[in-house]
Amino acid sequence: MADIALKSSGRTVPREATAWDRLKTNNNWLSIWFMLPAAAFLILFLAYPLGLGVWLSFTDAKIGRGGEFVGIENYEWLWDDSIFWLAVFNTLLYTIVASAIKFAVGLYLALLLNENLPFKAILRAVVLIPFIVPTVLSAIAFWWIYDSQFSIVSWTLRHLGLISSNIDFLGDVWNARWSVIFANIWRGVPFVAITLLAGLQTVSPSLYEAATIDGATAWQRFRYITYPLLTPIIAVVMTFSVLFTFTDFQLIWVLTRGGPVNATQLMATLSYQRAIIAGQLGEGAAISTAMIPFLLAAILISWFGLQRRKWQQGESND
Amino acid sequence: MTDALANKASDPRAILTATADHSEGMSYLQTLPRRLVTLYLPLSIILLILLFPFYWMALTSIKPDDQLLDMDRVNPFWTTAPTLKHFYNLLFQTSYPLWLWNTMFVAIGATILSIIASVLAAYAIVRLRYRGAAWVGGAIFLAYLVPPSILFIPLSTVVFQYGLFDSPFALILTYPTILIPFSTWLLMGYFKTIPFELEECALIDGASRWQILMRIVLPLAIPGLISAFIFCFTLCWNEFIYALTFLSTTAHKTVPVAIVNEFVDGDIYRWGSLMAGALAGSLPLVVLYAFFVEHYVSAMTGAVKE
Repeated sequence: MADIALKSSGRTVPREATAWDRLKTNNNWLSIWFMLPAAAFLILFLAYPLGLGVWLSFTDAKIGRGGEFVGIENYEWLWDDSIFWLAVFNTLLYTIVASAIKFAVGLYLALLLNENLPFKAILRAVVLIPFIVPTVLSAIAFWWIYDSQFSIVSWTLRHLGLISSNIDFLGDVWNARWSVIFANIWRGVPFVAITLLAGLQTVSPSLYEAATIDGATAWQRFRYITYPLLTPIIAVVMTFSVLFTFTDFQLIWVLTRGGPVNATQLMATLSYQRAIIAGQLGEGAAISTAMIPFLLAAILISWFGLQRRKWQQGESND
Repeated sequence: MTDALANKASDPRAILTATADHSEGMSYLQTLPRRLVTLYLPLSIILLILLFPFYWMALTSIKPDDQLLDMDRVNPFWTTAPTLKHFYNLLFQTSYPLWLWNTMFVAIGATILSIIASVLAAYAIVRLRYRGAAWVGGAIFLAYLVPPSILFIPLSTVVFQYGLFDSPFALILTYPTILIPFSTWLLMGYFKTIPFELEECALIDGASRWQILMRIVLPLAIPGLISAFIFCFTLCWNEFIYALTFLSTTAHKTVPVAIVNEFVDGDIYRWGSLMAGALAGSLPLVVLYAFFVEHYVSAMTGAVKE
């Protein structure tokens, strides 16, 4: 015992770590400082407004005047508002049709680009351009293409003898709906195609070769090799696609502002009109809040419907 | 089936081409006419549709006014007398250069703030692995899914309360809510690929976490930083609803908002300058994109794959 004490006193004893030293190397303490900037932004400008939005929807707040709690009055009001229900219908139509076509065309384009092509890299770069250009600016080009008198599409069709008078793209109820849906698809396809292409490139070509030797047709190769291996990435891409289509605002605002007679009014544009233009913050907030359940449903469906099979990512099945 | 295989096997040419070039995969199995119909034709149609609006935008911006509206005398698909008048008007008779500057200022400011915050957060989540890091990572992904169009109403009251209304700082401080979740997620992916043995060595040599981040991790993650920077910059440039709601003075507006609000009047001859404005507003992004295509694509797909 005494021996040991002697020995240890003979060595240079390392300085006792102070509380400050231990704190400096404590990961949890360091992490607080590393997380602080991001957390500050996300709490002040994301989480707090998200909560505030839900609260505002239960008040009669107007621009320049804080509201008082009025219970579910805003929602009762919306429930009887036919324009609100029209906007819900339009939003669902817009989202479902546009997302479905974006998926189909995007997947088709990805499969085409995955073939052995000359100038492959340039082609891919060019395909993505509609996604790079700000939506508002390309929407303005579409606005001009859809012009009621000077539309180039009408002109071409007239000169081909397919129609006798100009198409009123944005003035007619259903024409306007299809026109905005087309513009949305045009913008969304490159995103879907390029991300799916990235997924396709991870599929080993030897799988296709093996299947071909076994006598699989092109469809069978797609159905039993490409599709299952691509499912996880499809789930993520489509979640984003549905989400951003559902909450679209810019395209509609530039092309139609919700018209004609609210035929292209989406929930986002309606909430802008009610809250910012008419000044009824409470009512606008109620419309925004009403979008949340739809968004959650879309996320849950694509997540649990498509991403459950873990073996596709190289993990064991659960 | 066996017949088909036998045929293929007996055809020496097929075998030759197959062994001669591995890079073309199985495409040698298709004949050229077949590829024309199933591959080149649909591809060209899709490309034509994807690019036509830009051609139309560019053509309209250099057409003289009389040709714009007269589609019977002149073929509208081409112009014989290109003019730069619309661009001239844009630069010298409107505040377009100012709007361009505003957009640039806001985009760069918001991007730099977001990248700094994201680097720190991503490093902490991936490498410091504090208690609850996995949960925070998940929460950040969820934040990415919160769309601006359900936030702009409460945010407008918040911006007003903080006294930021109608100032570029309203945008510089709110855009990071869109950018931070995305770039944190992207950088987490990059940081994970850096071998942690490097950091262990540095720790043993007495480097602090801050030194490790600045001297080891960041230099290795430069491709990721460029990707995040470009993608964030594009998102800022593209943003519309916040800029529309939080700004009211013409001189403070960004390009997308200014084009929609200031150019749209009853003038029938506005199309030329409108298209010139749209083209001039898109070009900076397209040029940036042309230089960094690979980074851009890896940013887009990287965030999805993680």
